Amino acid sequence: MAEILGKINSIQTLGTVDGPGVRFVVFLQGCNLRCGCCHNPDTWEMGASEEYSALEIAQRAERYKEYFGNEGGITVSGGEPLLQAEFVKELFVLCHEKGINTCLDTSGSILNENVKELLTHTDHVLLDIKYTNENDYKAYVGCSFKRVLEFLEFLNQNNIPTTLRQVIIPSLNDSEENISLLNEIIKKHACVERAELLPFKKLCTVKYDKLGLDFKFKDLPEPERKQIDNLSAMLIKR
Amino acid sequence: MEHKNWNGFIGGQWQNEINVRDFIQKNYSSFEGDHTFLASATARTNALMKKVNGLFALERQYGGVLDVDTATVSSLTSYSPGYIDKKNEIIVGLQTNRPLKRGVNPFGGIRMARQACEAYGYKLSTKIEEEFRFRTTHNDGVFRAYTEEMRLARRCHVITGLPDAYGRGRIIGDYRRIALYGIDRLIEEKKKDKANLENGNFNTEQIRLGEELFRQIKFLGLMKEMAEMYGFDISQPASNAREAIQWTYFGYLAAIKEQNGAAMSLGRVSTFFDIYIERDIKAGILDETSAQELIDDFVIKLRMARHLRTPEYNELFGGDPMWITEAVGGMGEDGRTLVTKSSFRILNTLYTLGSSPEPNLTVLWSDRLPEGFKKYCAKVSCDTDSIQYENDDIMRPIYGDDYAIACCVSAMKVGKQMQFFGARCNFAKLLLIALNGGYDTTSGINIGPQMPVWKSDKLDYDGVMRRLDDYIEWMAKLYVNTMNVIHYMHDKYAYEKSQMALHDTAVERFMAFGIAGLSVVADSLSAIKHAKVTAIKDENGYIVDFKTEGDFPKFGNDDDRVDMIAKEITHRMITELRKTPTYRDAIHTLSVLTITSNVMYGKNTGATPDGRGAGDAFAPGANPMHNREENGALASLNSVAKLSYDDCRDGISNTFSITPDALGKTDEDRINNLVSILDGYFAKKAHHININVLNRETLVAAYENPEAYPNLTIRVSGYAVNFHKLSREQQREVISRTFHEAM
Repeated sequence: MAEILGKINSIQTLGTVDGPGVRFVVFLQGCNLRCGCCHNPDTWEMGASEEYSALEIAQRAERYKEYFGNEGGITVSGGEPLLQAEFVKELFVLCHEKGINTCLDTSGSILNENVKELLTHTDHVLLDIKYTNENDYKAYVGCSFKRVLEFLEFLNQNNIPTTLRQVIIPSLNDSEENISLLNEIIKKHACVERAELLPFKKLCTVKYDKLGLDFKFKDLPEPERKQIDNLSAMLIKR
Repeated sequence: MEHKNWNGFIGGQWQNEINVRDFIQKNYSSFEGDHTFLASATARTNALMKKVNGLFALERQYGGVLDVDTATVSSLTSYSPGYIDKKNEIIVGLQTNRPLKRGVNPFGGIRMARQACEAYGYKLSTKIEEEFRFRTTHNDGVFRAYTEEMRLARRCHVITGLPDAYGRGRIIGDYRRIALYGIDRLIEEKKKDKANLENGNFNTEQIRLGEELFRQIKFLGLMKEMAEMYGFDISQPASNAREAIQWTYFGYLAAIKEQNGAAMSLGRVSTFFDIYIERDIKAGILDETSAQELIDDFVIKLRMARHLRTPEYNELFGGDPMWITEAVGGMGEDGRTLVTKSSFRILNTLYTLGSSPEPNLTVLWSDRLPEGFKKYCAKVSCDTDSIQYENDDIMRPIYGDDYAIACCVSAMKVGKQMQFFGARCNFAKLLLIALNGGYDTTSGINIGPQMPVWKSDKLDYDGVMRRLDDYIEWMAKLYVNTMNVIHYMHDKYAYEKSQMALHDTAVERFMAFGIAGLSVVADSLSAIKHAKVTAIKDENGYIVDFKTEGDFPKFGNDDDRVDMIAKEITHRMITELRKTPTYRDAIHTLSVLTITSNVMYGKNTGATPDGRGAGDAFAPGANPMHNREENGALASLNSVAKLSYDDCRDGISNTFSITPDALGKTDEDRINNLVSILDGYFAKKAHHININVLNRETLVAAYENPEAYPNLTIRVSGYAVNFHKLSREQQREVISRTFHEAM
């Protein structure tokens, strides 16, 4: 059987904001979505990127095992890791063999057999739920919200611990109504351990300029810290 | 032997011999809880601290030195007693008769004392000048014996910072002995040791020891006199916690009045104090608030300590440091933790008194430290940037469980081992001298084995390594011999009477060598091995620059291809050093530590094959070069952790700066994540780490507006400084360092 290689954008050995505890974060190359708020446009195209075997990545992650403590481990992010579900599955199987906790950072927009298989080897999912209605998903993400809800339903059925994450973008999803809708979703899904709101940031503008891409949300303001804190306070805590 | 002041203590071997460790082991109560029991500062402490902060502000306004007594030679009893606010002090004693007034200590060298006075607009009194005209100082002695080559090595800065004109320091008296035994018992024991010399042959060593013991005994007597001037009789053991702290402090005070060593470290006192505090609390004469108050007042005294230095000295050791290093925590050999409530209390002074670089609080980290203590340390780091961590799990098997840290990273058994400090050799310069066949382009000095300049334009790894080996061999021998001269003369003309009186008579000695520029050399050799490096020569045929084409692995990315080169360099150096015998049979050790001299070393070093420009600063200590880390913080830590403590027994210093956002989202996350990082780093057998949790912008703001940040403390290289006390150049270098940031 030919070895599946993963297309890797970059590796960050210390991640403390992408999953529980201290994490080794692998950013995969390629994304099926084109979100207006995306801060990693350099991961969109599959194109030219470095390729590694799952074993190589697992061995590199293992070099940091001592730092992971009780909670930490590996996080695979992107791009969209579900586009390379077979590779990620192999990586997670190897990590589990080495006693490393696995976490997947995804938009939840793909749910095929490979993805389902991958999820059975995933200890924690960071589900990036971008908006809470179909219209916004269609307009600013380029996929149907229903697919994300189906994905979440699958996580729920399989009891996979999940963190819901949402980037708060002023004028698009910074309303109290949006938070109520998020709370509805949390209530319906016991697998959701917590929800996190992240501020929309425009530090990535330089990346867009460098790539010659249009940053669709460049004229939107960044939210104030206080607003994020206020909205976060309204979220259901588990 | 019994003493009424020992009532309530569990007896043991410590009563029959000088054995503080045995006393601690028999009597301490380890503490496994969290920090919530801690008390805050009392009104008295706050009032005193207000006064102290006023004095610090005044000292800043006076350009860093508030006052100098130019007419008195600093010693134990040469000043009348000094106070900050006599009525409101619980622990007393100052170096001179007034707070922050600096004394003059010409025993290391009269020229240095004179220049230090002049640097701050003072003039050394004619009385002292006259007195020392007929007296040999340490500095005089050294230069009488230095060879021409030793002088050249010094002048071209291939070995720099040598303690040949100032006190060597790095000696920790076991100041606790005074509290436990009282001075009279200590004198009695030393007299016995002296009498025992009669049984041996009177060779050089024996005669020297005889004279040293005579001087130690005399200075124990002077300590008693000094304490009497403050109204205390320290001839007998301390009878309560306040006395235990006061007696111990008198020992330390004697040391800093007598000596102006570069690093005057304190040792490991907090758990020792805890035994007395616990006894007083049980007896109902002390509560938590008053216990904290005692520790606070002791720490205030430590924060007042100062030495008078020259501007050249400040280039090497920036920020006016004393290295009053206190080792906190750690585990006992029997598996119990040495963490006590007083380990928390001494860290708590960073809150009760505000953050501060001194004392240099050093946590001895073990995987098995209680969780509550680990978290508290991490919290203190996040809040204050004032503490450093060292790996108890790799030191304890070597030094036992009653060792302390001298200066930044030098471990030694308290009262049983000492070291001969040896600054460091500029390894990047050594590489350049080797390539130029024994010529230093920055100073224009010919030194070392003379051979043709590297002939071909292209540098090949094996050839360069062979040539470097020849120069390492030469340097190692010269370095040991130079150190032998220095320490022979230091013992002869500036012997540490007070501190050695608080050591066992049969003391074990280390001779501590160091290397600077390790990451520059590792990256340079990696470039030669993995990229194409061409030498660029000047009109005289000397190599002055390099053209490096292609990428190469860089130290700090957890890449064995270069990390193993760094490890190999330290191994070769210590192996070569061991071939030359040392003065007094000291054990050769090696450090990878620069203090702030990485700036000065870089300034005096030409361009290197790694792409570093001529005159650019090195990274501090064992740090990877700034901003060459491409795989994040843990990769950087793993690279440093690969350096072997067996090769570098004098310590491997790593300074780590991370932004709060990169460490976690909430305070709780940051604390937990920092604990995980420290656990991981030390499980990798790393030796030391300074932790800063701050944003670069804070430093930039403090650089532009120093008055607004009088207490901004930052860990630099094995110690902490008030940012404003660094030179502008040193500040810029600190700002340019890698800050691990959130993505």
